[in-house]
Amino acid sequence: MAGLEVNLNLKAKQQNTYDAIVVGSGVSGGWAAKELCEKGLKVLMLDRGWDLKHGNYETAFKHPWETKYRGRITDKQRQSHPFLSRDYPYNEHNEKYWFNDEDAPYTETKRFDWYRPNIVGGKSIMWGRQSYRLSEMDLEANAKEGVGIDWPIRYKDLAPWYDYVETFAGISGQKEGLPQLPDGQFLPPMEMNCLEKHVAAKIKENFKGRIMTIGRVANLTQSINGRGACQYRNLCSRGCSYGAYFSTQSATLPAAMKTGNLTVRPLSIVNSVIYDDKTQKATGVKVIDVDSKEMIEFYAKIIFLNGSTMGTSFVMLNSISERFPNGLGNDSDQLGRNLMDHHFRCGASGKFDGFQDQYYFGRRANGIYIPRFRNIGKNDREYIRGFGYQGGASRTGWQRGIAEMGVGKDFKESLLEPGDWTFGMTGFGECLPYQENRVTLNKEKLDKWGQPTLTIDCEFKENEAKMRKDMMNDAAEMLEAAGLKDVKTYDNGSYPGMAIHEMGTARMGKDSKTSVLNSFNQVWSVKNVFVTDGACMTSAGCQNPSLTYMALTARACDFAVKELKKGNI
Amino acid sequence: MNRRDALMRVSTMMGGTLAAPWLTSVLSGCSNTAEEKQAILESFTPEVKNLIAEIADTIIPTTSTPGAKEAKVQDFIADIIADCFNEKDRKDFFMGLNEFQKKCNEANQKGFEQLDEKQRVDFLTKTEQEAKEYKEKNKDNKEAPPHVFGTLKSLTLTGYFTSEAGATKALAYVHIPGKYVGCMPLEKGQKAWAT
Repeated sequence: MAGLEVNLNLKAKQQNTYDAIVVGSGVSGGWAAKELCEKGLKVLMLDRGWDLKHGNYETAFKHPWETKYRGRITDKQRQSHPFLSRDYPYNEHNEKYWFNDEDAPYTETKRFDWYRPNIVGGKSIMWGRQSYRLSEMDLEANAKEGVGIDWPIRYKDLAPWYDYVETFAGISGQKEGLPQLPDGQFLPPMEMNCLEKHVAAKIKENFKGRIMTIGRVANLTQSINGRGACQYRNLCSRGCSYGAYFSTQSATLPAAMKTGNLTVRPLSIVNSVIYDDKTQKATGVKVIDVDSKEMIEFYAKIIFLNGSTMGTSFVMLNSISERFPNGLGNDSDQLGRNLMDHHFRCGASGKFDGFQDQYYFGRRANGIYIPRFRNIGKNDREYIRGFGYQGGASRTGWQRGIAEMGVGKDFKESLLEPGDWTFGMTGFGECLPYQENRVTLNKEKLDKWGQPTLTIDCEFKENEAKMRKDMMNDAAEMLEAAGLKDVKTYDNGSYPGMAIHEMGTARMGKDSKTSVLNSFNQVWSVKNVFVTDGACMTSAGCQNPSLTYMALTARACDFAVKELKKGNI
Repeated sequence: MNRRDALMRVSTMMGGTLAAPWLTSVLSGCSNTAEEKQAILESFTPEVKNLIAEIADTIIPTTSTPGAKEAKVQDFIADIIADCFNEKDRKDFFMGLNEFQKKCNEANQKGFEQLDEKQRVDFLTKTEQEAKEYKEKNKDNKEAPPHVFGTLKSLTLTGYFTSEAGATKALAYVHIPGKYVGCMPLEKGQKAWAT
């Protein structure tokens, strides 16, 4: 009888064994699955969310009048989603895509907005799609300025991988030849509207070293790889049945499935990585089934952690063994530290008297971008690093009527015509890595599945605060130079997490004493575990980071499979 | 007073010519259970909905295109207040609506629904001015509830211009543009894009 049991166990273990396990299915997890599958590995991709299928986007084609609250969330949802409901990304159109805060509440030592998706595809469905490369300047800044630790890589290490991922993902944009924002493999750029073209020309004319370009965005301006071109509906965060923007569902998942090597297991919460002290490697992961709450083990030779910065931090911190009492690979005590996000929500806006006879057609799912221009070549501001701007111009619509006085026929008629041209922009500023900005395990407060939760203690500091003055004033100065009227600066306040660019909690480095990952995103002390989501970032730059996660992931997969073949892992 | 009676009273007061401060007494009174109060607050009786419809239709009347009432803005407003407002905001809204009707009665000896078109516009214009002064006076008071006129106007515009009638008949709506043209001449009669 004992023999039969052993056999059964062996069989069960075999059934749950793959070449590689990818934890998370968002931007970087999707890439890891695709790359590893295409290199011939049998891959299991796990996600805690439900299985959102491409094309089955319930609200994607709904007219405004077909949603009961026209996008608003209900009071009941505000109560069940106390964190998520503080800002706009969680709304009636995509509410099913988000995680219920109540199921795993986190603790804020200071306010931190943590946007947790609850679907296969993760935030690749709801992301903002702005796609920018980091530059040499970004990668050497820490070393030059003695901030945090040096990146273990330089631009030349990333450049070919940026080329590779851009070509597949489909990034539209305009080449500008700037050292601080390297050009990429772009699809044709989207067009600027009249006022944007005017402001771009005036910035170029009046400010040396500043330019305005169209946003570089992961929306297809022409069909590629069987995916449809953008239809200019600007409803991306509901999911795109045309596959016109990069998401796991539209791009990496179909490619991975095509190999026949991928198994996707939704509703699977990864609890921890299983570590074997004898081999000094991970042997697999422990998974909690969302519905049955049963704990199941899966095994593999390689594990990629792509559960998002906070999710990956949780898994590693919760992977406790005799060898790693403070979390997997945490010999440096850096795991969970150096949490960063971009700070934004401050800039300027104004109105323009001209172009009254000009309008536009279509809803461009993109805006303009003003690449960083401060502290380039030399540091001459009261702060280090810099910021870029995102924004755009449009003519006001009926919404202006809410603030205007008036009722009745004439008032109604006046709102049916396009209003004034306005231009608004908000800065996205770099945040420095601070050791004390960190996330820790909270064993007192357990989630619905009996797991510890996270406590987040993170704040923006003096360097960020000083930068915000320039973020407002520089914006106003450019708009005024372009002839806009009633130019107003604003600072709506920015809490970490709000930009949904959280990163840095398992940083890459040159030295295992001060970092968690090496130059190939490999955990220093557990060679078959790789982290290629936002957690790996050594500094934040001021650019939207997803494209960099894609490039780092593809690069790490290439390395991992080579190492596997060499017998090194 | 049972729930049915409470609702009856609300209906009568809202639609009638006598504007007793019924809601205040209901909220502070001891004759109602919490459940009954809630039932009142959450009940959009036909009379209450009709009052909201008439206000909305005065803000956005029928012209060559449908008005707010035809676009069923009153249903949208009721949904938002019932489901999206929190309890305090919902109470504030009903108190404000009651106050609105009471003032209308004092000024015109009639409920708003009984006024003719000119009287309605005049009364709303006057109320908007009051709302503006109220907002100014309370700009540093975060506890002050929003003036009911502001709530009604904002929800009327939102409800109307996102309705099928408002978006497709009053404004120009293109479900799937299929292309983007950054600069094009504004043709005579071109309506603003609905979205």
